[in-house]
Amino acid sequence: MNGDPMSSDSAHFTVLQRALHWLMAIGILAMLFIGVGMVSTVAPKYLPLVETHKTLGIAILVLALFRLAVRFIYGSPPLPASMPAPMKLAAHLSHYGLYALMIGMPLIGWAMLSAGAYPVVLYGGIRLPAILPQSDQLHALLWQAHVYLAFAFFALILMHLAAGLFHALIRRDGVFESMSPLPAGTRPETTPAE
Amino acid sequence: MAQSPRPTSRAAIGSLVLIAGVVAVGAGAFAYTGGFLSPERLTPPKLVAALAPPGGPALGHRRNHAKGICFTGVFRSNGQGAALSRAPMLAVGDYPVVGRFNLGTPDPSAPDATVRVRGLGLQITAGGQVWRAAMIDPPFFPVATPDAFYALLEAGHSKQPDAMKNFVAAHPELPAFGAWAGSAPYMASYAEDQFNSLNAFIFTDAAGAAHAVRWSYKPEAQPQPLSKDDFAKLGPDHLETEIAERVAGAPQRWTLVLTVAEPGDPTADPSKAWPEGRRTVEAGTLVVEKVEDERDGPCRDINFDPTLLPDGISVSDDPFPAARSAAYARSYNLRTAEWKDYPYQAPAGAAPQAKQP
Repeated sequence: MNGDPMSSDSAHFTVLQRALHWLMAIGILAMLFIGVGMVSTVAPKYLPLVETHKTLGIAILVLALFRLAVRFIYGSPPLPASMPAPMKLAAHLSHYGLYALMIGMPLIGWAMLSAGAYPVVLYGGIRLPAILPQSDQLHALLWQAHVYLAFAFFALILMHLAAGLFHALIRRDGVFESMSPLPAGTRPETTPAE
Repeated sequence: MAQSPRPTSRAAIGSLVLIAGVVAVGAGAFAYTGGFLSPERLTPPKLVAALAPPGGPALGHRRNHAKGICFTGVFRSNGQGAALSRAPMLAVGDYPVVGRFNLGTPDPSAPDATVRVRGLGLQITAGGQVWRAAMIDPPFFPVATPDAFYALLEAGHSKQPDAMKNFVAAHPELPAFGAWAGSAPYMASYAEDQFNSLNAFIFTDAAGAAHAVRWSYKPEAQPQPLSKDDFAKLGPDHLETEIAERVAGAPQRWTLVLTVAEPGDPTADPSKAWPEGRRTVEAGTLVVEKVEDERDGPCRDINFDPTLLPDGISVSDDPFPAARSAAYARSYNLRTAEWKDYPYQAPAGAAPQAKQP
């Protein structure tokens, strides 16, 4: 599935995929911390936090859709044959969950504001249309989904981080290196002979 | 896939401890950011909970200013406000309005005369943008900061005999409000009340110049000031029936007066009125054309969050609009989640008890 201009080799995600992964890791972590922080304060910072949350959320939605397309085109390196089947299943399921949340959470937030008859205004005065009509019941459902899924998202990210470190430090099976922020080829054993 | 040698079991245990530590730090930072480790932090849930009467909040209703009635109409802008702000609703024109007259009480069935503060929620729509505002009729706010407002609510609920005395000692701004509350007449109609922003906002004109502004909607109707007792004789729900009848007879009008701060005026403290003689601009007329019951009215589902502003108006250094936005959102989230408890009217088309043939 590999073989694109920016790629390295079949053991690694493409450079584009790794750049998206780490950029979005920063964005999503910031998003979750901003979200849980903004709903816990009445201080003046509440307003810029909410505006940043909305803007970053839409940015993450756009990046996640782009990343999903990139994933369909370039695929992913195979998991090592040494990985037990349940661990592979957990890896696959957690990645479905992460993609679902990366795309779903911004849509739920946008829909929640729409159902609450709020204007959706991003940084710089960018105005987005409502994607749902006003509805108390939908607003309530979407609000609760947004809150509970945010905690689930953060828990999933902690598990993902723990699993990544587990691969890097203990299994040492190349899974972490496949998404490593360092360019492929810095490791001596994978440096192509020139 | 490049495989490295597996670590020794000792190193593996060390790595597991490291991973657990990373996860724990991440979870801890998240909990700290969310205030779960800081019970003293003033959060929107705490502030909103403090508004509730001793018997608990009225489920499905706004957590404050719970008694109200909807209206629609237009804002007829004369264009004078454009000197201060490029907001589209301050250019000459008629712009649709939805709003809500209300009483500052958490009890949706409180008798009118038991409530001292009256409010006006307003949304003006122009050019795809909205200007939402929630104003009240006192000339200034009781306290200077959101923290003091929370402390005031807490002192009001406190069983300590000295709680309010101690609060006043620490908040010398409060007695002025007490004096207003004790002496201001009760108007016989919402149409006779003046509603004030109290908070200062920054108006930005077409040239980019910023002006700190507070505003008022001044009634065109001739006021009939009453004592509290005389007002109480009009009945527990007089204000809603009266405004519905009055508007059915003729549209009611308020003039939007923008007051511009001079350097040094206290923009950050709504408990301090600005001195007399400030430049004012009459920007247009609010025309209330139709009054509707809240239950199926157009204002019911609107959060009159005063930070939902058009281009050309933004918050100032006044800390209240942000706190109000946070608290109003909490109130909106709660009441929409309690939709089962709200007394919606029977949906149109739901037949009344069918007669048995």
